[in-house]
Amino acid sequence: MEPKFKISHFFIHGDPLILGADVSIGIATVMIIFVLTYFKKWKWLWKEWLTTVDHKKIGIMYVIAALLMLFRGGVDALLMRTQLALPNLKVLLSEHYNEIFTTHGTIMILFMAMPLIFAMMNIVIPLQIGARDVAYPFLNAISFWLFFFGAMLLNLSFVIGGSPNAGWVGYPPLSELQFNPGPGENFYVLAIQISGIGSLATGINFLVTILKMRTKGMRLMDMPLFTWSVLATSILIIAAFPVITVTMLLLFLDRFAGAHFFTMTHGGDPMMYINLFWIWGHPEVYIVILPAFGIFSEVTSVFSKKVTFGYTSMVVSMMLISFYAYFTWVHHFFTMGAGAGVNTFFAVSTMIIAIPTGVKVFNWLLTMYQGRIRLTEPMLWTIAFIPCFAIGGATGVMLSIAPADYQYHNSYFLIAHFHQVLIGGTVFGMFAGLTYWWPKMFGFKLNETLGRWAFWLWNIGFYACFMPQYALGFMGMTRRIYTYGWDMGWAPLNLISSIGAVIMGIAFLFQVWEIAYSVKYGERDTTGDPWDGHTLEWSLPSPAPKYNFAVLPEVHGRDAWWKTKEAKERGDYEEKKQELEPIHYPKNSGIPFILSVFFFIAGFGFTFEWVWMGALGLLGVAICLIVRSFQYDTDYYISVDEIKETEAALRGEV
Amino acid sequence: MKHIESRQASHGSTTSYIIGFVLSILLTILPLWLVVNHVLNRTALIVTIMIMAALQFLIQLLFFMHIRESEKPRYNVLAIILGIVFVITIVGGSAWIMTFNSQVQ
Repeated sequence: MEPKFKISHFFIHGDPLILGADVSIGIATVMIIFVLTYFKKWKWLWKEWLTTVDHKKIGIMYVIAALLMLFRGGVDALLMRTQLALPNLKVLLSEHYNEIFTTHGTIMILFMAMPLIFAMMNIVIPLQIGARDVAYPFLNAISFWLFFFGAMLLNLSFVIGGSPNAGWVGYPPLSELQFNPGPGENFYVLAIQISGIGSLATGINFLVTILKMRTKGMRLMDMPLFTWSVLATSILIIAAFPVITVTMLLLFLDRFAGAHFFTMTHGGDPMMYINLFWIWGHPEVYIVILPAFGIFSEVTSVFSKKVTFGYTSMVVSMMLISFYAYFTWVHHFFTMGAGAGVNTFFAVSTMIIAIPTGVKVFNWLLTMYQGRIRLTEPMLWTIAFIPCFAIGGATGVMLSIAPADYQYHNSYFLIAHFHQVLIGGTVFGMFAGLTYWWPKMFGFKLNETLGRWAFWLWNIGFYACFMPQYALGFMGMTRRIYTYGWDMGWAPLNLISSIGAVIMGIAFLFQVWEIAYSVKYGERDTTGDPWDGHTLEWSLPSPAPKYNFAVLPEVHGRDAWWKTKEAKERGDYEEKKQELEPIHYPKNSGIPFILSVFFFIAGFGFTFEWVWMGALGLLGVAICLIVRSFQYDTDYYISVDEIKETEAALRGEV
Repeated sequence: MKHIESRQASHGSTTSYIIGFVLSILLTILPLWLVVNHVLNRTALIVTIMIMAALQFLIQLLFFMHIRESEKPRYNVLAIILGIVFVITIVGGSAWIMTFNSQVQ
């Protein structure tokens, strides 16, 4: 068979933006290689990071990758806002604009929000439940590397072969071969497929970790609320991700093998794609918001110096959300016209799911009520989240009214709504989590002054950017248009919106500055408990040793570490002298990395429909799996002497 | 660590894996063969495929997921009930939503 794509499809030329990207990627690569070689860090990189199975290091790698992707997605956003700032601009041509909004959406949801959440899960969960690692550390490393190479595959499309351009939802028939013959949509399908395997494995991993690996005495109803939120998210991931995998596979069969699942002709049904996409897509919304809810619960409790108000109702509402999340998906396509019965059912279910969320908002407020509030950076993000999410929730309920949705659908009103809940909810939540757990990850606090600058700029920028978009939606501006005329009257609001976007871009720079500054000058965390925390992770030194707990703690009830501290203050705390025992620990392994490289090769091959390359990649994957099945020497014991030495060094510095 | 201890537990025999594998393959190939060769009429075909899908679901649970082997079956039961609810929602929900297609065309 003659290969469909030739080498001439490979490099995109003619666009100065892409040429610039080509050059900067080249320069960055050369610089990274130079720095690693000059400082002789290759071995360190491989031994300490690329092969690690330590959940804390994997978490840090997720953070780095997610922040890079936030930068990439943010640049996309700024390009779009520049193009729309005034009527009839020609910063981006229509085709390029389509590619930019597609990669912006795909990257922000799948390669920024998801990994930030996985970062928080990885860094915190084992420490919070008193475990030494996740249930399947090796699988955890595979999850990370699959996500990473999936993200790289999608990013590559910008300079090689051309980006996908059918929106982050990739609806057929536009995403089908007939209207999209280039390799762009293949990048989209395969990148989601590869990172999706990783996400599914993460869901399984954390469900098992939370159910099976809690320390002695910690019952389910004693778990910190962040742990509960991750449990709910894991259930959602396990049930939702297989659906997107199958959907993408069917779309790929259409494109690659000439099938007709979603085509316009030969009995294909594009609507079925939309239906299946949102069966995954709606739970996905809750996958990215629930952990943020968990973080807000931790932060409000610690910085109000109170136990969480209505713990049980928090747990129940979270579990209800994760259940209801499966019964609302049609509200993404009311206008498909499935009939009054269908639309009514899903409109009502959508309104119902707002109730448990409302319960949570009241619980946060009542946790703060009469508390001794400390306005630290994580607390600021939390306080900003509440009004922002309340507005986003209210506009969401407006959208849930099916007949009215015929007006709002795919207008800028919708754009403003989902950015409000995703930025105000997920992104603010992750910032709260990052600043809250940063000392635990790296052993120093982030600079509070620069943090406040970033916080205020983010908030001002956010409202300036998205409030006008609600109005623009009512004025008839639809999503994904790349230009408009002066006669529409949209220019002033669009200009304000674009200025807001730039302010958010500046806010991001402040965050980068904040991190860079704090690396050098940030307040060192010598106690391991810089915030006077309530949960077990704060009982450990910062950063925690690789085995986390030298002796696994025994807990009674909620907020275990807070109770211990109180008992110590009262003087009735008796430390149980427990003998150290050798700790069973998994060995590092290069297989997750190599396996994911092969997945990447396979994905790249199938993207260009070079079957030999795809087959080669899959063969590599199979070999990695087989090699791993015959490895028996996969773990070792950390000796008591080594534990004593590590602990002495950690506590000795204190 | 706990996940190490569970290794000693029984994880089924080679025979049961092979039986499960062969049955799964059969139940996958058979529907494809039925579709490709136009053996049955539309309704019968759909019903047959659905039955085979359900059978395959059971086989995977029994032979690969070790549904019968757990000291604490509570999680298993919960997970399966939840799974069945979701499967019914996805399949039944999609069918219901897509009925509009027959009204439109």
